Amino acid sequence: MLTGRDYVISLTVNGERHDIDADPEMPLLWALRDLIKLTGTKYGCGIAQCGACTIHIDGQPARACVTPVSAAVGTEIRTIEGLSPDATHPVQQAWIELDVVQCGYCQSGQVMAAAALLEQNPSPTDADIDAAMNGNICRCGTYPRIRAAVKRAAELKRAGEPA
Amino acid sequence: MSPTDTGGDNASPRIGRRHFLIGIGVIAGGIAAGQWLRPYLVGGRDSAPKEFQPHAFVRIGADDRVTVIIGKSEMGQGIYTGLPMILAEELDVNPQRLAVEIAGVDPAFNHPFLPAQFTGGSMSVMSTYEALRRVGATARRMIVQAAATEWGVAAADLRTEDGVVFAPDGRSATYGKFVEAASALPVPAKENITLKNRADFRYIGKPQRRLDSRIKVNGEAQFGIDVDLPNMLVAVVARPPQFGASVRSFDASQAKAVRGVVDVKQIPSGVAVIAEHTWAALKGREALRIEWQDGPGATLSTESMRTERRALLARTGLLAKNQGDAIAALADARRKIDVEYELPYLAHACMEPLNAVAWVKNDRCEMWLGTQGQSQDAQLVAAALGIPAANVKINTMFLGGGFGRRASGTSDFPVEAAHVAKGLNRPVKVVWTREDDTRGGYYRPFGLNRVQAAIGADGLPIAYFHRVVSKPVLANTALGKMAVSKEGVDPSTLEGSADMPYAIPNLRAEVHNTNETVPSLWWRSVGHSANGFVANSVIDELANLAGQDPYRYRRALLAGKPRHLAVLDKAATAAGWGKPLPKGHFHGIALQESFNSIVAQVAEVSVSGKQVRVHRVTCAVDCGLAVNPDQVVAQMQSGIVFGLSAALRGEITIEGGAAVQSNFDTYPVLRLADTPVIDVHIVDSDGPIGGIGEPGTPPIAPAVCNAIHAATGQRIRRLPISASLA
Ligand code: FES
Ligand code: FES
Repeated sequence: MLTGRDYVISLTVNGERHDIDADPEMPLLWALRDLIKLTGTKYGCGIAQCGACTIHIDGQPARACVTPVSAAVGTEIRTIEGLSPDATHPVQQAWIELDVVQCGYCQSGQVMAAAALLEQNPSPTDADIDAAMNGNICRCGTYPRIRAAVKRAAELKRAGEPA
Repeated sequence: MSPTDTGGDNASPRIGRRHFLIGIGVIAGGIAAGQWLRPYLVGGRDSAPKEFQPHAFVRIGADDRVTVIIGKSEMGQGIYTGLPMILAEELDVNPQRLAVEIAGVDPAFNHPFLPAQFTGGSMSVMSTYEALRRVGATARRMIVQAAATEWGVAAADLRTEDGVVFAPDGRSATYGKFVEAASALPVPAKENITLKNRADFRYIGKPQRRLDSRIKVNGEAQFGIDVDLPNMLVAVVARPPQFGASVRSFDASQAKAVRGVVDVKQIPSGVAVIAEHTWAALKGREALRIEWQDGPGATLSTESMRTERRALLARTGLLAKNQGDAIAALADARRKIDVEYELPYLAHACMEPLNAVAWVKNDRCEMWLGTQGQSQDAQLVAAALGIPAANVKINTMFLGGGFGRRASGTSDFPVEAAHVAKGLNRPVKVVWTREDDTRGGYYRPFGLNRVQAAIGADGLPIAYFHRVVSKPVLANTALGKMAVSKEGVDPSTLEGSADMPYAIPNLRAEVHNTNETVPSLWWRSVGHSANGFVANSVIDELANLAGQDPYRYRRALLAGKPRHLAVLDKAATAAGWGKPLPKGHFHGIALQESFNSIVAQVAEVSVSGKQVRVHRVTCAVDCGLAVNPDQVVAQMQSGIVFGLSAALRGEITIEGGAAVQSNFDTYPVLRLADTPVIDVHIVDSDGPIGGIGEPGTPPIAPAVCNAIHAATGQRIRRLPISASLA
């Protein structure tokens, strides 16, 4: 319940509006996880080092752990839960097809980073993939499969789009 | 009543719903301890269909849903796919149709070799293979018997395929039709159950997609840190700035003034700030003022420990191995080396920082945890709270990595959470920040090694004398207390060195145990990651001293060991050993046997200045039976990346009694752009089942360092490589 001394922040997440009581400087990561209860976005480092918290803000990949909620007001925030209704985004399909995941903890961030890459670059080269995905740490070492799966996702995406 | 006791959709829908791979702990309650259950029909529970459950490991529903219940923890190794596959093979059901349920804590899920529920040591498949097959075969036999009775035909005339029973006259029906009748049958005796021959396997040995992929690419999988309970609080703990220090006094007034902070209290490990959400807890902790009392390790540093260890290296240690007479052979030898190898402390740096949810209700405690050691956690939490262990209920969540860290000998993070939760009357999630996690200790120990080794006239080794100074790790775990000899030798301190497969007639190993304040713990592959580096590097040094090719030298030392030779040859041949490489590229090779598996790796490396680039790793593995071959490949890739990350730059150093490194900026780990191409080859064998979670890690550091030597002539005797090339 909101009272007079609360800060009310309005965020649009996956197309839905959420009014939350949060200090303006609260990182979006904790607002998403603790207040909006979308826990698919993960905490890994809190200092923009690991990419586990990667989300899209107005279509651009962003680190939720260093984005204050105040900076996200008025934007369209997309989290892993909103990437597709049923895990059918080409990146998700490719990830499942090539068995990328291990523990899975980094994978929300990996999938969101890859999805953002393909929006900007439908046919990424090896060097493009290395550059775009280098900010996302995976301690299980799924990198070789991530490389392959980004390419597979690009194929699936191109095949699924009207020519 | 706790949120999970209701078994259905309830107050905590994210936690309690019974769902493929998401429902937790629902086995508890109905199932008594022990092995076989009296067959009974589970029905009516949240109006679920009737179910046949002959054993704690499996349920078959009237709706044909087959649920396999797994008591091992999934930390990335694919255990929620591999173990169900084994049961499904004998049950004759396509694994892709299985539901997997995370088991509660129950002796039915104890490790077959230990009186505890535990996941580690790369033992899950090798230790449960027979039992899972037997349960699958027994359940199938009971279904078939029920069908035979109903159809009035002999059971022997029926066959099954993917959950369907077929009669010779063309009749067929799915397993679900018979659950009621099967539930009324006695469980057949063990002698009456025949298991399939390997040649008849439909699923084992063929790649199966992971069953947990979907929920891990859409954010649905629930890790410990994702647990959210009604009325739950979040806490962070201010822990001492140095190992062994303690709280002298603290002032919480400013912390309590932070909006959202609910309480501040001292617990044995520090001062806990308890808040409505993580951000408030973190802000509150920043506002805390604490006076710390120095402990015995206040002036400890990597340099001071190095000096102390080096002094010990000169002295005779506890005798751990003595075969032949290495000392005499060394005295007589003309061609010999006397070298020192140093391995740093390493943090596990699991992707999911440590955390635990605890809810203490009078003399009961319920926990939600990503853990590798449920039984020990329950015991130690109970001891900390002064309640019976049976009153601690643990709900296992997905683990965002384990690597040994989630099985510390003290159950440090669950016990701490219980202390925070005590008296709160509300569930509380204790979250470690990345900095807390990195600086929290329980590292792979810092070890100094001295190896004296000699070669004979033919260039082959005649003596190997390894003395190690390190902090024992098994001794500090429940598992290990049994393993430590009465002289005080912890086998993990030397495993993978003096027991290496290479033939050396005179072997001696000695240990000095240290006891600094920095807690040490097993780290993926335990002693093998350190000793495999030492042994494989020394073999390379000896090959060099003999002027022989390191691959052929190893071949000579593995004569009479066909499995080892096949693995070594496969890696060398597939890598093109001895063939021309791109300019500036060099090969290094290593082989390590660990956890009953044999792994060889060839690293292709170039060095320019201080920059080491690993271009390609060719890996061959013999793990006996590869249940799910693609996951064997995945674990080799994983182990290589993990080991390479440590070899290149991984290092925790100590200053003023504390870790210097704190987050990924100061404790860098391997990223995608620096990851080599990795080729994995599974070498078929009929050897016993080996592990796969750990054996991929030990060979990579020596393979890379041996390649660096080939490239530059520089022998890397101290890890990480970055410290040696600095
Ligand atoms: S948690 Fe945001 S980048 Fe690591
Ligand atoms: S899958 Fe475990 S950290 Fe990436």
